[in-house]
Amino acid sequence: MDYATLLQLLDTTLRFATPLLLACLAGLYSERAGVFDIGLEGKMLMAAMSSGAVAALTGSVWLGLLAAIGGSLLFALVHGVASITFRGNQLISGVALNFIASGITVLVAQSLFGQGGRTPPLTGGARSNPVILPFAEPMRDVPVIGPLYYEVISGHSPLVYLALLMVPVTWWVLYRTRFGLRLRAVGENPAAVDTAGVSVRGLRFAAVMITGVLCGVAGAYMATALQAGFGREMTAGRGYIALAALIFAKWRPWAALYACLLFGFFQALALRPDVVEGVVGVKVPVPALDALPYVLTVLVLAGFVGKAIPPRAGGEPYVKER
Amino acid sequence: MTKLPKWADVALVPLISLMLAAIVAAIVLVAIGHDPWNALKVMVDGALGSPYGWGYTLYYTTSFIFTGLAVTVAFHASLFNIGGEGQAQLGGLGVALVCLSMPWPHWTLALAAATLGAAAFGAAWAAIPAYLQARRGSHIVITTIMFNYIAAALLVYLLVDVLRPAGQMDPASARFPEGANLPALNEIPGFNLIFEKAVPANVTLFIALFMAWVVWAILWRTRLGYEIRAFGKSETAARYAGINAVRITMIAMLISGGLAGMMSINNVMGEAERLLQNSSEGAGFIGIAVALMGRNHPVGVVLAALLFGFLYQGGAELGLWTSIPIEMRIVVQGLVILFTGALDMMVRMMLGWLFSLSQSAESVGAK
Repeated sequence: MDYATLLQLLDTTLRFATPLLLACLAGLYSERAGVFDIGLEGKMLMAAMSSGAVAALTGSVWLGLLAAIGGSLLFALVHGVASITFRGNQLISGVALNFIASGITVLVAQSLFGQGGRTPPLTGGARSNPVILPFAEPMRDVPVIGPLYYEVISGHSPLVYLALLMVPVTWWVLYRTRFGLRLRAVGENPAAVDTAGVSVRGLRFAAVMITGVLCGVAGAYMATALQAGFGREMTAGRGYIALAALIFAKWRPWAALYACLLFGFFQALALRPDVVEGVVGVKVPVPALDALPYVLTVLVLAGFVGKAIPPRAGGEPYVKER
Repeated sequence: MTKLPKWADVALVPLISLMLAAIVAAIVLVAIGHDPWNALKVMVDGALGSPYGWGYTLYYTTSFIFTGLAVTVAFHASLFNIGGEGQAQLGGLGVALVCLSMPWPHWTLALAAATLGAAAFGAAWAAIPAYLQARRGSHIVITTIMFNYIAAALLVYLLVDVLRPAGQMDPASARFPEGANLPALNEIPGFNLIFEKAVPANVTLFIALFMAWVVWAILWRTRLGYEIRAFGKSETAARYAGINAVRITMIAMLISGGLAGMMSINNVMGEAERLLQNSSEGAGFIGIAVALMGRNHPVGVVLAALLFGFLYQGGAELGLWTSIPIEMRIVVQGLVILFTGALDMMVRMMLGWLFSLSQSAESVGAK
């Protein structure tokens, strides 16, 4: 494998890691507040369809992004009502919302555009176009670093940089603000937070809504940057992989970045069986490469890569004392 | 909160949940510009209006009884098995390997062997997540989801590179030998008076009903079932009573995976008569809705499976005769899971309020 192929691979890695990272950070807020969210997948799918449809209708990627966040928030709200207000089973609520998203996205796209459940291909301003970072052109000829900067780091959708920026932001919110302290506390010991006079419900709803916003961005990235439009089931399990990355990262923001880059790398590898064959020396069947992120996830979950301890109050509805 | 009478808990809560799901589904249909009444009429006509429609409805029902029972058994051990889809696909592999292994002299022999094969492969696919849950504490929900994806990839590989006969284009196994073909309902004496046209529903229906009885007997009439339910109610209490947590987790998941796998004798052996890609077509997931709707009781599961059989066949008819996409049935499925599984408390609260209202009205009337 030569340097150019490696750069190409890393470029694809970053592209694939972005939706994972956004969804993973989304899940981080919710789960740190004690609300499990299996429904990242459904929210991303809903957001992808909303952004694909609105961007196609208006020609504006930014209106598409807003619609994506709106669609995803709607699902987050239902999840919040089911799992916080009515103390329902959070896993079942998430699974249900994933099914609803899977069906309703096709229904809406079909009734709007009549193209077999897809949204029309996006072009020009309806897509999230790449930005060339400063000095990328002049630096291009600098050996080693130049192509790396030009090919891998520069030239992505603004949403990629937003996702990367969200990592330090999340770290700061979680560990350096009062909101973050309370958010972590409500996921570990909601009774203590309640005793301190802070609303457990309010905090958990806030966390679930942040999850909605970030999943919305993830979905918009899928439909307007990674691909040009929405297609049925286009998230293809990314919400679940993001969950796995979250567990791999032990619910910490920086580790989430590394986990998502790793999973993104595996997804990028699955697209290049020729490269894999060149490195490993034997022909690896493509389905095996497709399954690689999932197999890795299971290995991670099995605790072979360090024990992951979830937030203590995760998945349990809080019943206020009277 | 007022405690609900038993009949309300068993029958009224699921019915109201179902109604709420139906109302939301109708709103969705109106929102995308369709007439819900017309849609319902098409569904009832297509799924229940003729023996032919029933033949399809019962075919889907058969699959959903298996997957619903699979989820039910795991639920009783308080394990959420979302891997029914993958287990069913692996079960299909088991069926195919058994059916293709030799020229079967008679379908009864082939059926017995294929049933064992399906159950063994399904159970094996559930065994790894079960072991990881029991021994390593890996969350079974996520591991079973991952195993669905791994199963799909594995089957793509096997069907494209291993099982596909030379010279065939589509990724599928060879056709099963003649002796492995199960009689459909229209080929069984007695039933052929009702079902005149060829229908996909086949003898597997009776196996499904029998398995519903078996699951009932295991859960409520054996020591193992008692242990499974005790473990599901309270793991700490069960441990204290000397119930082996690892053993119960493994056994419950093996039964669950086996049942999910057995679904494949219906679709792979009974209908397709060869192994196709994505043979289970989402039936594994529908098992979740069926189990929730059926209140985790085999009788409820059979009734809920019939309901979903109707929804599935009716949904297909919608796709055929109206411009409503076939995905409508996934929406309904999700809504049923949402209302029966996650918003259960909301329905109970509503009913509890209504009951307390009528009680206070009675006490006022008594004075």
